Amino acid sequence: MVAKFELNNEGVVVIIGSGASGGTLGTDLALAGIDTVILEAGPRVEIEDFVNDEWKSFSQIAWLDQRTTSGNWRVHKDFAGLPAWIVRAVGGTTIHWAGASLRFQDYEFKAKTHYGDVKGANLLDWPITLTEMEPWYDKAEDRMGVTRTNGIEGLPGNNNFKVLKAGADKLGYKECHTGRMAINSAPRHGRGGCQQIGFCFQGCKSGAKWSTLYAEIPKGEDSGHLEVRPNCHVMKIEHDDKGKVTAVVYADKDGKEQRQKARVVCVAGNSIESPRLLLNSASKLFPNGLANSSGMVGKNYMRHMTGSVYAIFEKPVHMYRGTTMAGIIRDEARHDPSRGFVGGYELETLSLGLPFMAAFLNPGGWGREFTSALDNYDKMAGLWIVGEDMPQEQNGVTLHKEVKDKNGLPVPNVHFDDHPNDIAMRTHAYKQGTALYESVGATAIYPTPPYPSTHNLGTNRMSEKPKDGVVNKWGQTHDIKNLFIADGSQFTTGGAENPTLTIVALATRQADTIRNMMSKGEL
Amino acid sequence: MRIIDKTPKVSRRNFLAGGGAAAALVISGSAVMCPVEAWGLDVKVLKPETMRTLIKLARDIYPHDRLGDRFYAIAMKGYDETGQKADAEAFVAKLDAKAKAVNGAAYANHPWEATRSELLRELQGDAFFQKVRGGLVTGLYNQPEIWPLFGYEGESAAKGGYINRGFGNIDWL
Repeated sequence: MVAKFELNNEGVVVIIGSGASGGTLGTDLALAGIDTVILEAGPRVEIEDFVNDEWKSFSQIAWLDQRTTSGNWRVHKDFAGLPAWIVRAVGGTTIHWAGASLRFQDYEFKAKTHYGDVKGANLLDWPITLTEMEPWYDKAEDRMGVTRTNGIEGLPGNNNFKVLKAGADKLGYKECHTGRMAINSAPRHGRGGCQQIGFCFQGCKSGAKWSTLYAEIPKGEDSGHLEVRPNCHVMKIEHDDKGKVTAVVYADKDGKEQRQKARVVCVAGNSIESPRLLLNSASKLFPNGLANSSGMVGKNYMRHMTGSVYAIFEKPVHMYRGTTMAGIIRDEARHDPSRGFVGGYELETLSLGLPFMAAFLNPGGWGREFTSALDNYDKMAGLWIVGEDMPQEQNGVTLHKEVKDKNGLPVPNVHFDDHPNDIAMRTHAYKQGTALYESVGATAIYPTPPYPSTHNLGTNRMSEKPKDGVVNKWGQTHDIKNLFIADGSQFTTGGAENPTLTIVALATRQADTIRNMMSKGEL
Repeated sequence: MRIIDKTPKVSRRNFLAGGGAAAALVISGSAVMCPVEAWGLDVKVLKPETMRTLIKLARDIYPHDRLGDRFYAIAMKGYDETGQKADAEAFVAKLDAKAKAVNGAAYANHPWEATRSELLRELQGDAFFQKVRGGLVTGLYNQPEIWPLFGYEGESAAKGGYINRGFGNIDWL
């Protein structure tokens, strides 16, 4: 039975966002018997509505609200209004994500300790350790059905993986396999096995890929303690004169302003929208925005050092067939400053369909040099580079001074400058990717610039001391005890790994924290 | 492995039909005609010569020898509108003036792509050029009819995915 809560019910936990963190947290709270409302800005788009068509899907699920960009990152030049490629729908970016589910490594929780002072970087250790996170990773891997954990077999390798693997072997890489993927290799937990459809980014038509849309939220709803309200865009969080949050104000599906009272508020809107909301909630008591006594709300934005390498071969590959990202090389994901940079990176298979390849291979490019790559589309293999980027204080989300959205609120500007460490790492990764594909006979190589960001992190970072960040080790804001941040914006540093597994592990842990605090009367 | 037949198939559209490689475009009355591909595009607002040049421009921006002119014509026909007319005519006039300064021939009549590309490079900062280029990214490459010509198979879920259709059948490694 799906719950329906009154707007003036001040006993509910309100979660803003329904993706990896919000969907997981809301489901866990509901299953613990806690009345929860999830407010989701986007519509509810179900599996049967997903389309195997890149542009159609993009207009169906992508977050297309106006945003602006600045900085020296190439995304600003190529996609000035689209800093991030994320989802505005129930399930959030777990509809679009590729499924790669990797744990942070020990040293990555202690970047400051291990990397030392990196000029221009605002490094900090997480206030938690891998050991503390392990039980939560265990739970997350089990609920998401991550391959190569819990006795779940790896996915079979597709053509793109086989090219990657052949190159990895030639280069002497040791850890190359079809990944730890939250995609069922066989039916499990009521969802089927992967049909090798491709189009993982457009929403999984078979439901084999874990998404909060169908793997979590319905369970929460069945408990009778969870209400998900789609098409409700939160504009402001309100508080009382003691500084406790009391309600959220949102625009409903008709654009009408509504006010939902709340006992606890958890912000899970992704690393651009979450700090924007805190900044837009500035008040007399909190003139710099909610939970911003440190001044760190919106700062230290990270997006992972990314890039792609596409290669052309003499013979066909058809890289787009099958699971998009079921292929990884982990040998470079280590801290080894002898390579000329701190931190490490993963190499993962990636493919785009012809329409997106045309848009992303070399944005702005034209002429025969550009088209000769696409002419060999069927003979192309590709990999994505995901590496740890440096948190920099000036990189981040600010409120635009002039441009307003349809609710009259300032749109977010996303500023990003590549750090020299990011550039050195990308150069190294391009070199390795090139060598890898040349070792198996590539006739042309295309080092491809970063796409709009899918891994948006760090803008409400977790810190031991309130002066260094926005939230404590539980994701609770240092300043306001009944205000939590659940999403990837709480990442202190980014690690080399795709962030979703860590986001889910943190959300599961946060649900447990909130439940405990409630039962002790602390919230 | 299972490979894709990239030979163009004859497709029928209301105003564009036919198959085969790019061929000379001729002007007949208010239409741009492609006798070899057996199609004609009636031009309503622009000069037909301008549309012919725009089709050439589209091909020079994203030259694919495997694609007939009809695909470029489909991508460009949206410029045959009152709101686009002034910019389109002005750009083509500019392009032709530059081309004629080389050896008296209009842009579309320079036989070598390299010559035309050089002319285009001088104008690539022009807002209309960038509009055409940006528009072609979807206007050309998002035509499902061209996908098989590049060996891209498009929609796959309705066909049961690739689990039994060659997701991992590469045989040359």
